[in-house]
Amino acid sequence: MLQVENIHTFYGLSHILFDVSLTVSEREIVCLLGRNGAGKSTTLRSVMGMTAPRRGNIAYKGSNITGIKPYRAVRLGIGYVPDDRRVFADLSVDENLEISERVPKGGVRHWDRKRVYDFFPALQYIMSRKAGLLSGGEQQMLTIARALMTNPEFLLLDEPTEGLAPMVVRMLETQISGLRDTGLTVLLAEQNQKVALGLSDRGYIIDNGAIRYHGPIDELKANEEIRKKYLLV
Amino acid sequence: MTANITWAAFSQQILVGLSKTTILFIVSSGLSLVLGVLRIPNVFHGSLYMIGAFIAYSAAMVLGGSPLGFWVALVVAPLGVALISLIVERGLFCRLYEREHLMLLLFTFAFMLVFGDLVKLVWGSDYRSLSAPPILQGYFSIFGLPFPRYNAFLLLIGPLVAFGLWFLTNKTKIGKISRAAAVDREMVGAVGINVSWVFAAVFIIGCFLAGLGGALVAPTQNITQGMDHAIIIEAFLIVIIGGLGNIWGALLGALIFGLTDSIGILVWPQFAIVFPYIAVVVVLMFRPQGLLKSVW
Repeated sequence: MLQVENIHTFYGLSHILFDVSLTVSEREIVCLLGRNGAGKSTTLRSVMGMTAPRRGNIAYKGSNITGIKPYRAVRLGIGYVPDDRRVFADLSVDENLEISERVPKGGVRHWDRKRVYDFFPALQYIMSRKAGLLSGGEQQMLTIARALMTNPEFLLLDEPTEGLAPMVVRMLETQISGLRDTGLTVLLAEQNQKVALGLSDRGYIIDNGAIRYHGPIDELKANEEIRKKYLLV
Repeated sequence: MTANITWAAFSQQILVGLSKTTILFIVSSGLSLVLGVLRIPNVFHGSLYMIGAFIAYSAAMVLGGSPLGFWVALVVAPLGVALISLIVERGLFCRLYEREHLMLLLFTFAFMLVFGDLVKLVWGSDYRSLSAPPILQGYFSIFGLPFPRYNAFLLLIGPLVAFGLWFLTNKTKIGKISRAAAVDREMVGAVGINVSWVFAAVFIIGCFLAGLGGALVAPTQNITQGMDHAIIIEAFLIVIIGGLGNIWGALLGALIFGLTDSIGILVWPQFAIVFPYIAVVVVLMFRPQGLLKSVW
């Protein structure tokens, strides 16, 4: 479904991603593991076209989307959950969902506000509250809910559990694996190995902007050496 | 000095101040909208206000000064200004959003000069005037003192525009999107919204308000070169004391500006012009970030 081929991404003069390649097949959850600053977010931002790669290719469902405008990526069916909980702080929870509602070209309307509230019942109780006043866990739920409102077939999830209490993390884990059951394909960037290994089918490890390892999740679970080398702080 | 000011004169002067406030609010809310959502300090906003007044004059002239002229002008002028802003936005601005503020500031400043000269070319440098329709001419009596009907008309328009803006920003989808874009435009794109068109719409609405202000002010003063400079300074001060990008801040700022101006005329006519500026200084001494929350 997604092929990233040898991309090099820069922020101004600094070279962030070096020859990163990865693939995600339909209905897979693939995780991209790495420490802080390893290049996880930049990889997702490259796919979304928010930080276009200078070299390399990104293809989605067979068509080239390198350097696409983010809104076009969404209209092709790619959903994006940012890492720093960028909710629209001035808008209420419900308004956050309202402005995000859309069906991609050729997509199916699977999610509307009602279904999203059924999926995250906690949000329903606070629907009229300003998003900026929510707790971290609530904001994280809202960023995921907002991405679902765009009715994606493919979801880029950037560190959904970062900085959340263990109980909230467990709840989000259940919900993300629930998303798999709806037929969603997910590329999950994570620092939290436990969450990522528990959810994913395959894993990539990124360090200093380059992919260091990739393989099925069971191999990655067994290979403690590589996890120690690249993931332990 | 104050002993001979009666309660009636004071009240009447407050009403006059409020009608000035209406114009200031309409113009500066447009400026604030553009500043808040597009992050463009639009220096030629004042030029659009002047162009609005000139278009209103021409539209009324085309209709041969019939009573209908003013009403047609009131519709045609803001729409004409909106059309100009559409051309400028789609032709030039939409390519410059990623540039730094200084570039945008210089660019809009350049346009103020260009528009100033264009007005000179099209309308010449003579004074023009537009009279209010008969129904809005003359005076009626409030507190035993004459109050111009046209000012009363402005007092009706002000709340209408404020309500319209409230409705637009809080109840319409484009308003909600623009509130989101004011804070995080990248993320608005990342939920599938083409921010470029939202910006175009907001820019046009903001400029429409400048044109509307120009058309409304036309019957109350001479339509002349230099109107642009006078209003843009006031509008920026209002936006700054109100809180950048905050429409209600623009309302508050316009109230402060309009009322101190009219009270100044009452208590110390020779120095009336400095009163609003003193008010601005006082506000900024205590709230340098503006009275209401800035979106910047």
